[in-house]
Amino acid sequence: MAKYSKFAAVGLLLAFPLLVSSDYYRHIMILALMWVVIGSSWNLLAGYTGQISFGHAIFFGVGAYSAGLCTTKLGISAWWGMLIGGPMAMLFGFVLGAICFRLRGTYFNLATLALAEILRLVAKSWVSLTEGMMGILTIQTFRSKVPYYYLAFGIAALCVFAIWAIIRSKWGYYFVAIREDQDAAEHLGISAFRYKSISLLVSSFFTGVAGAFYMNYMGFIDPDVVFSLYYISIMAILVAIIGGAGMIWGPPVGAFIMVLLQELFRSAFFGYLPKWISEAHAMAFGILVIVVIRFMANGVVGDWVKLSGLFTRQKAPIPSVTSGN
Amino acid sequence: MEMFIQMLVAGILIGGIYALIGLGMTLIMGVMRIINLAHGQLMMVAMYITYVLYFYLGIDPYFALLVAMPALFLLGVAIQKYFLNPLLKIDSIIPQNQILMTVGVGIVLTETIRFIFRSDYKSVKTSYSSATFMIGNISWNVPMFVAFGLAVALTAGLFIFLLKTDAGKSVRATAQNKDAAMIMGINADWITQLTYGLGAAMAAAGGTLLLPIYYLFPDVGSQFTLKAFIITVLGGMGSTVGAIVGGIVLGIAETLGATYISMDLKDAFGMVIFVVVLVFMPGGLKELTKV
Amino acid sequence: MHFFEVRRLTKAFGGLIAVNDLTFQVEEGEIYGLIGPNGSGKTTVFNLITGFYPITSGAVLFRGKQLNGIPTWKVCKEGVGRTFQIVKPLRRMTVLENVMTSAFCRTSNTHVARDKALEVLHFCEMDKKIDFPAKGLTIGDRKRMEIARALATAPKLLLLDETMAGLTPQEQYEGVELIKKIRKSGITIIIVEHIMHVIMNLCDRILCINYGQEIVKGSPSEVANNQAVIEAYLGKE
Repeated sequence: MAKYSKFAAVGLLLAFPLLVSSDYYRHIMILALMWVVIGSSWNLLAGYTGQISFGHAIFFGVGAYSAGLCTTKLGISAWWGMLIGGPMAMLFGFVLGAICFRLRGTYFNLATLALAEILRLVAKSWVSLTEGMMGILTIQTFRSKVPYYYLAFGIAALCVFAIWAIIRSKWGYYFVAIREDQDAAEHLGISAFRYKSISLLVSSFFTGVAGAFYMNYMGFIDPDVVFSLYYISIMAILVAIIGGAGMIWGPPVGAFIMVLLQELFRSAFFGYLPKWISEAHAMAFGILVIVVIRFMANGVVGDWVKLSGLFTRQKAPIPSVTSGN
Repeated sequence: MEMFIQMLVAGILIGGIYALIGLGMTLIMGVMRIINLAHGQLMMVAMYITYVLYFYLGIDPYFALLVAMPALFLLGVAIQKYFLNPLLKIDSIIPQNQILMTVGVGIVLTETIRFIFRSDYKSVKTSYSSATFMIGNISWNVPMFVAFGLAVALTAGLFIFLLKTDAGKSVRATAQNKDAAMIMGINADWITQLTYGLGAAMAAAGGTLLLPIYYLFPDVGSQFTLKAFIITVLGGMGSTVGAIVGGIVLGIAETLGATYISMDLKDAFGMVIFVVVLVFMPGGLKELTKV
Repeated sequence: MHFFEVRRLTKAFGGLIAVNDLTFQVEEGEIYGLIGPNGSGKTTVFNLITGFYPITSGAVLFRGKQLNGIPTWKVCKEGVGRTFQIVKPLRRMTVLENVMTSAFCRTSNTHVARDKALEVLHFCEMDKKIDFPAKGLTIGDRKRMEIARALATAPKLLLLDETMAGLTPQEQYEGVELIKKIRKSGITIIIVEHIMHVIMNLCDRILCINYGQEIVKGSPSEVANNQAVIEAYLGKE
């Protein structure tokens, strides 16, 4: 049952541009697919490995600027950024890991947040490289949304599949072990630093690719957006936790919920509600965060599992022991 | 050289206010072991309270302290009681869900204020806002000087509270060892509420004191949240004396950085110092790297 | 060369000397007991052996190789497994997943790891609980799962830290049988334990420490009748 609904969802996504010709709806779907990538990447590092990053904007921004700089500085197509963005983000991920993984808990959160802010401020003020506050403007390659849609779909599918495969491998077990108890993990032969770094590198790679895609798709980037704490780093967290952190299908579900909600509010429910609603969309975000953390700690997907027993890893239903949480 | 001393003075004066904000954060960190990402937003709310009192009732910002601090204390208690404490009972995959909750609270506070006051920049221009006096060749900005004095007084008050009163001792005991404190009969729920309330009130004081020399808009909170955690980490988590040092260091670093290096990168200096401390001074923060 | 050797091991936490000039040797195939009153430094010795705490001075030698100075996870790869006094289950994983995680110590193949984990869980007689989430286990099962998890790393030396504490008499009996079975499979064991009949029953030799210092070394009966040991546990008359 669960399996069929997943196939149906994927089929529907593949057919979407054929069924819906409105550029506006296609645009929303493209953004949602991009957020599937970012949310899933964050989830790999935080939901599975337990390292809560408040700085994923670093990788998104670096990916976006890699693509943008290809045009402005190297004079080649911004599409090269799709190849360069991921590895560049990994490079920053490597540095971030070297700095931050010696810290635990709250200190790790703080350090990631601070590094992201530093990068945002540097991007704003290093005018000779980044054009500063002006941002980077390029010309989009396609006028139709369809190529972008399938590209975003492809990246999202690749990202979710890669993370799915990783979680089922040795790496996945190691990541979760580090999340559950880093000290115990070390005693089981797991180098916490090494595997946290691996998790971070994979996570930063896909976030960087998403950033490069964003540059190509939007044709414009602004340091205050692509390195934003609220619009990117915290949005990535929200996408993952609203869908369900530590679950493969959590962030994809969360991405669609968040992007749709964002658009519903921005457009004042497609014009059906009074205009002032559109100004309340950030407020709605805040309230959503509070409600989700307070009442649905494991997100839509996670607490769905609690309710229906679908998607569980365990084959046999387990009595009483799981209800204790 | 004169320029340097002038900047140093300005840095120390602003640092005194930063220290107040940092003290609030450090209290919360020490007792709850979380970063309060709504800290600057609480400060911002207090600034708007002060603004309203000044604009509509003509109350001087320094007297507004008497309203803003208790108001924020109550707001802080309510946030802790209804939003943060209930999370302790939830087993969530993300261990830092309290931090995320403070993010949510911060967004709601910012947006509520934006809803009421719009995004416009506001400022409180008192008769003494730009008044200065000279000692030698160094000019002292009057509101900054007064703010610094009040900040020192409030800090002293907080220390007396923590060191001399039963409630203050309970706060310190809870910060040291929550389980032991609970066994000794301390009501941890109430202590966390008290702490968050106090933290919010300190932030409120910082905001109110800044208002005559600063400007105000709903998003002002997020930058002060960042400043607050830089201060806290510079000083060491939960260390009240450290927060004061951290506040003044940050104040000086920002003024000197803005003067001698680049105005645009002023905010980046705090961050850089912060990361450098984390990386190269693990000694000061050593106990904290193994939570 | 001894199979395992601790030489003049010392650990100071600030001004507090937790382990003071401790020397002992363990031979292959032995069950070696480490006893002492609460807070005497037994668990600290384990944490020093596994590199979880850096040592202040001295040396830890395992099959001729120096263990001190290498990180905890490498100590595990060298063939030293351990359990924890305060159990550390990977709470949101099932029993099988817990043990598979440690089985990955010797393989990268999921199927091999799963087979190894199932084999170890069968050895520890936990077949019926493989799909239970670790956080829901009873204390007895948690301790048993920790042993299984340590065994899945294919250790040559196993450090057991109070695996019997908090167990029912029946569980203790089963635990003793399990430890004997582990020894029979060729694994050398160092055991920290408070429950005297367990220690007396299992150990070939015993080292008693107090305040991080050696009080006496010897066979179970020698240690049990030693006046200094009795004083350390019960106080002087």
